[in-house]
Amino acid sequence: MATETLTIGKALNVGLRRALENDPKVVIMGEDVGKLGGVFRITDGLQKDFGDQRVIDTPLAESGIIGTAVGLAIRGYRPVCEIQFDGFVYPAYDQIVSQVAKMHYRSRGKLRIPMVIRIPFGGGIGAVEHHSESPEAYFSHTAGLKVVSCANPQDAYVMIQQAIASDDPVVFLEPKRRYWEKGPVDVDAPLADAYPLHAARVARPGTDATLLAYGPMVRTCLDAATAAAEDGRELEVIDLRTLSPLDLGVVYESVRRTGRAVVVHEAPSNVGLGAEIAARITEECFYSLEAPVLRVTGFDTPYPAARVEEEYLPDLDRVLDAVDRTFGW
Amino acid sequence: MAKGDPGSTTRSRRAAPRSRKGAVGDPELVQLLTPDGERVDSVTGPDGTVYRVDFTDEEYRGLYRDLVLVRKLDAEATALQRQGELGIWASLLGQEAAQVGSGRALRPQDMAFPTYREHGVLYCRGIDPIMPLGLFRGVDQGGWDPNEFKFNMYTIVIGAQTLHATGYAMGVAMDGRTGTDDGEAVIAYFGDGASSQGDVNEAFVWAGVFNAPLVFFCQNNQYAISEPLERQTRIPLYQRAAGFGFPGVRVDGNDVLASYAVTRHALDNARHGQGPSLIEAYTYRMGAHTTSDDPTRYRIASEVEAWQAKDPIARMKAFLEKQKIADADFFAEVDEQAKRESVHLRERVLAMPDPEPTSLFDHVYPHGSPLLDQQREQFSRYLESFEGSAH
Repeated sequence: MATETLTIGKALNVGLRRALENDPKVVIMGEDVGKLGGVFRITDGLQKDFGDQRVIDTPLAESGIIGTAVGLAIRGYRPVCEIQFDGFVYPAYDQIVSQVAKMHYRSRGKLRIPMVIRIPFGGGIGAVEHHSESPEAYFSHTAGLKVVSCANPQDAYVMIQQAIASDDPVVFLEPKRRYWEKGPVDVDAPLADAYPLHAARVARPGTDATLLAYGPMVRTCLDAATAAAEDGRELEVIDLRTLSPLDLGVVYESVRRTGRAVVVHEAPSNVGLGAEIAARITEECFYSLEAPVLRVTGFDTPYPAARVEEEYLPDLDRVLDAVDRTFGW
Repeated sequence: MAKGDPGSTTRSRRAAPRSRKGAVGDPELVQLLTPDGERVDSVTGPDGTVYRVDFTDEEYRGLYRDLVLVRKLDAEATALQRQGELGIWASLLGQEAAQVGSGRALRPQDMAFPTYREHGVLYCRGIDPIMPLGLFRGVDQGGWDPNEFKFNMYTIVIGAQTLHATGYAMGVAMDGRTGTDDGEAVIAYFGDGASSQGDVNEAFVWAGVFNAPLVFFCQNNQYAISEPLERQTRIPLYQRAAGFGFPGVRVDGNDVLASYAVTRHALDNARHGQGPSLIEAYTYRMGAHTTSDDPTRYRIASEVEAWQAKDPIARMKAFLEKQKIADADFFAEVDEQAKRESVHLRERVLAMPDPEPTSLFDHVYPHGSPLLDQQREQFSRYLESFEGSAH
């Protein structure tokens, strides 16, 4: 077993390289993914090693990226599309929602669109507008798409390969502000033995309340749990990993033990994933709950200017404040 | 030489030229068969390409048969909608020549990406015309394998399929399937309204940049539901190709011979690795946009009558009669076949079963979803809870 210490960004890069090596039908396409290696360098060096027919710099039009990838998929390719920033995915929204998501259904199962749409998402990098959004609810709401997010280097490395190997269309949300976080990655572990793509996982066990998060907020919740432990409260942190379909079995099991749940995401609360998760916990764990399921989220405003994004984003203290409120119920 | 010019004569020409540039009255239009059924041996397009066809008598008769068949089947579908057997129908009436000409120009290995009106192209691909009727009856949403028939599912979202065609064509090139006589080419159908869509313009950019083996086939039928061509463009649509860096040509879309000639030429260029091109098939939607539309609200009868005089089938019939390629028995036999096939189509539409209620959960994902499994199970139990229910 070869364990290396990699950043999330590098783990994605190595995972993409592995996918290109393993399947000649895998092609990467997007803006600046070639010589530049992507604005976050996630595709660094791949065009050099695999050529410009497999790592394709596209014209600057997101609907065109996804629309042509649909055609390539019909032809038998497995396109991995990079959308440069979350806020730039909307021109492709029609192709994703009306075409990518529905073709398998419309063909009554005869056609598969094995496509991955990679989107660096979320805030926290001090960017200008349209570079810090959390569009996961739009895609999770759409039947026919699967939506996942990774939160650590090991998952980044494995999940990107699993998403590419899947015949389902997968929206792959990358926590861009965590790209530089390091962790151990077993680069030799066989994909077949890996933890399933569409499964949640306990990131830190605890007994007193359950924190639910994905992507960039998993780190925030782990930090909150560490701080709470100093105060004598053991918080369980669950990394949801898959947003559509949600995998809530492990969540129900946890909430039945703790009686308290707080959902944390950067996206606004209104009609967001937190609402769906809270509703389903309420249906399944009604008699175990000591308090309503609470949400800690971004506000229902457009993503704000960089100098106030720290106020907008859920942080350790807002998470702990919500935990306190569940105990004060 | 105009009358009154030095040295001019007052003689009028006795015979039509055997070869010319463009159609009478419209030098931009490639036409090989006039509305009166007169053949033109060859026509020179705007880029100097000489278009001609060399059909046997049997092939001419075959094209006529196609035109009559697709019109008759289309009329049958319209009737089925009027009788409540189809939810809606998008008629191809008036566009038979553009569809049969381009459809017959496709070689077996070529791939077509239709809109929702390409019933004639579908027929010419050798596909059973029953195939798309499930969509219009509401028992499925297409339901066929594009790769099996080399004919993509109908696409309702205007222009979206042009990007799919472009990506598919990029794949053809990446597979090394261009550059030879048996190479593959791709055709993308769309309309004058779609020419305004971002996706179509992005497809033009992509196809040009990647030299995709693709023919953009625009049936300009003059209307996007109610909106006339002037609401979509300031210049003739085929001229847009120049700005994207590939050839564009306007063909008489009511002329099956010219539609065949320009499409075959463009497809062969594409399969030989010479990249994309745009064909504007200039035609007219004789009927409504769909059975839900009322064209009398936005166009006048005299306009429709003027196009009636350019009917694609009448001119082909006139040509066959004048050249004695077909006789009355042939025309009667074709009509008889059309009638027979439309009756057969009707019978099969009426026999189409409604889908099982829980089938609506099928094929959302290749790998399934626990959420859907749960909903299907709950809904099944709900249906079973009704006393005496078959479910």
